[in-house]
Amino acid sequence: MGGRFVRLAETDRAELTFLLDGEPARGLEGDTLLTAMLRSGAHLRESEFGDGRRAGFCLMGACQDCWVWTDEGGRLRACSTLLRKGLSIVTRQPRAAWSSLA
Amino acid sequence: MVEPRVVVVGAGPAGVRCAEALVAAGVRPTVIDEGRRAGGQIYRRQPENFTRPYAKLYGTEAKRAEAIHRTFDGLADRIDYRPETLVWNIADGHVWTATDSRQGALAFDALVLCAGATDRLMPVKGWNLAGAYSLGAAQIALKAQACAVGRRVVLMGSGPLLYLLAAQYLQAGAELAAVLDTSPGWRRIAALPKLLAEPSVLWNGLALTFALRRAGVPAYTGVQPIEIEGTAEGGVEAVSFRDSGGQTRRIDCDAAALGHHLRPETQLADLARCRFQFDASSRQWLPERDASGRSTTPGVYLAGDGASVLGARAAEASGRLAALAALQDLGRPVADAEVAALRRQLAGWDRFAQGLREAFPWPAEQAAALPDDAIVCRCESIAAGELRRVVREAGACEANRAKAFSRVGMGRCQGRYCGHAGAEVIAAAANIPLEQVGRLRGQAPVKPLPVAIEEDLR
Repeated sequence: MGGRFVRLAETDRAELTFLLDGEPARGLEGDTLLTAMLRSGAHLRESEFGDGRRAGFCLMGACQDCWVWTDEGGRLRACSTLLRKGLSIVTRQPRAAWSSLA
Repeated sequence: MVEPRVVVVGAGPAGVRCAEALVAAGVRPTVIDEGRRAGGQIYRRQPENFTRPYAKLYGTEAKRAEAIHRTFDGLADRIDYRPETLVWNIADGHVWTATDSRQGALAFDALVLCAGATDRLMPVKGWNLAGAYSLGAAQIALKAQACAVGRRVVLMGSGPLLYLLAAQYLQAGAELAAVLDTSPGWRRIAALPKLLAEPSVLWNGLALTFALRRAGVPAYTGVQPIEIEGTAEGGVEAVSFRDSGGQTRRIDCDAAALGHHLRPETQLADLARCRFQFDASSRQWLPERDASGRSTTPGVYLAGDGASVLGARAAEASGRLAALAALQDLGRPVADAEVAALRRQLAGWDRFAQGLREAFPWPAEQAAALPDDAIVCRCESIAAGELRRVVREAGACEANRAKAFSRVGMGRCQGRYCGHAGAEVIAAAANIPLEQVGRLRGQAPVKPLPVAIEEDLR
C-alpha cells in the first residue's frame, strides 16, 4: 500500500533520504518524521496491545501514539521530530539494552 | 528592586500576550514552549522553507496570527525563550523542565500557565484504527505540513473546528467524503442569542457552512456514530452512522478525523495544587480562578484555553489580564481601567462559548451507548466493557480507582483522550452523576520523558 498522507502544496522542496527499518526512504526537507513515514507507507508502528497498526492520532505531541525508535534505541515522537538526512528509524521497539537504561 | 522571577508556560496567543505585558512593565520573563517556534497550536507556524502566505494558512485569522508571531519575535532579546522544552512537573516552588535529555528546575515568584488545549474526544468503535485522527491533527497536517490525512476524509464530531477544518480542506483541494455533526441543526438556532455576543465570529462560522454546502460535500447533522470500519492491518475503510431520521448510512473513506470541541490541558495546574471545580455546562473539571486569572495557589495564574476553552481571541485577553494580575501582586502599578476592559471582553467571550456549548454539545449519551467491544483507551486497547466490569464487579465508581483497576487513563496519553469519555462510561454504568466520578489526578511527569535524563540545574 502506498502513502496515507496526501501532499496538497509545498512540494518544491529539497529531497532527504533516510532509512526506514533498514530500507532507503525519501522525504522532503521540512517534513516531520511522521509526514515522511506516512508518505512512504500507511502506518508508523504496531500497537503493542495487539489491536493492529497505528498511524498517529493527535499530531501535537499529546497522545504519544507516534512513537518510533532510532536504530540506536532512542525513542522519538514522529509528529514533533523534523526529518533529518540519514536518520535510521525502526518501527518496532528495540529490546531494552543496558546502555539505554543507564 | 530585586528582579521578580516570572515564568510563562506556553507560547500560544495567551502566552505571547502575557509575555508582552510583562516586558512592557520591565520584567524579563522566562517563556517555556514545547513547540519549536511560538504561536501555539492555533497559530502554529509552518517550517521555514514553506512558502504559503498567512492568508492561506490562517484564513480570517491571518492578521491575528501574524500579529502574534511579530509580537513574539519582537520580544526575543527581552525574554528568556526556551523552545522545545517540556514542563513536566511543578513542585517544591520550582518548574521542572526537560529539553532533549537535559533536565532543569526554575524557581519562580509568579507562574503563568498558558498550557493550551487538545481535542476533546468521544470514542467510537474503530477509533483505534490507523487513519483515525483528531480534528486538530487533520488541521495540523494541513497547516504545518501541507498534507491531507487521507485521500478521502470523513470529518465527524461537533463544534466550530468541524466546519473550519472542512472549509480549510476544501480550499486546499483535499477530498472530503462527508461532514458528520452529532449535534442536531436546531440547536444552532436556539443558541443564536448567545452566539450573537461575538457577531463577527458567528458570521465567519455561517460563511464556513455555506462554503460546505456550495461545494456539495455530504453534510449531516444530528448523527449517531456507529463505527469506523476497517482492518487492523490496512486501517480505516468507512464510517457508518445513523442519520437524524434513523437510517443507517455508510461512507467509504481512508481517514476519519474526530473531535468534540476542546479540553484544557490542566495537569500543570493540578500539580501546582490549584483547586478545581466541576463545570456542569461543559461536563468537565476546570481549575478555579478569579476574574483576572489568579488560581487558588498564590503566585500561580491561569490563562488561555488551558484554563477554560474560550478560543484564541479570548486567550489574548486572558493572557494579558493574567500578566497584569501577576504584576499587581508583585507590587507593580497596574491600570484598573485596563483590567476592567479586559474582564468585560472576556465576559463577552464567555457568553459566546456558552452559546457554542449549547449549539455543539458534548454527546455524553454516546458514552453510555458505546458497545462493550468499543475501545475507550486507545493507548492500551481497553474496551468499554472492561471499564464497565470494574465498575460493576469491583465497585470502582471513582475515576482514579476505576483507572487503577481497568488501566483506562493509565496509558501513554495519560488520560488526555479517554479521560472525559471514560468518566461518562463510569457514571452511566454506576448510575451516578458525572460530578461524583471525580477527575483523574495529574501525575508527574505530565508527558513521558526520555529514559536517560541528566541533571542540568540552572
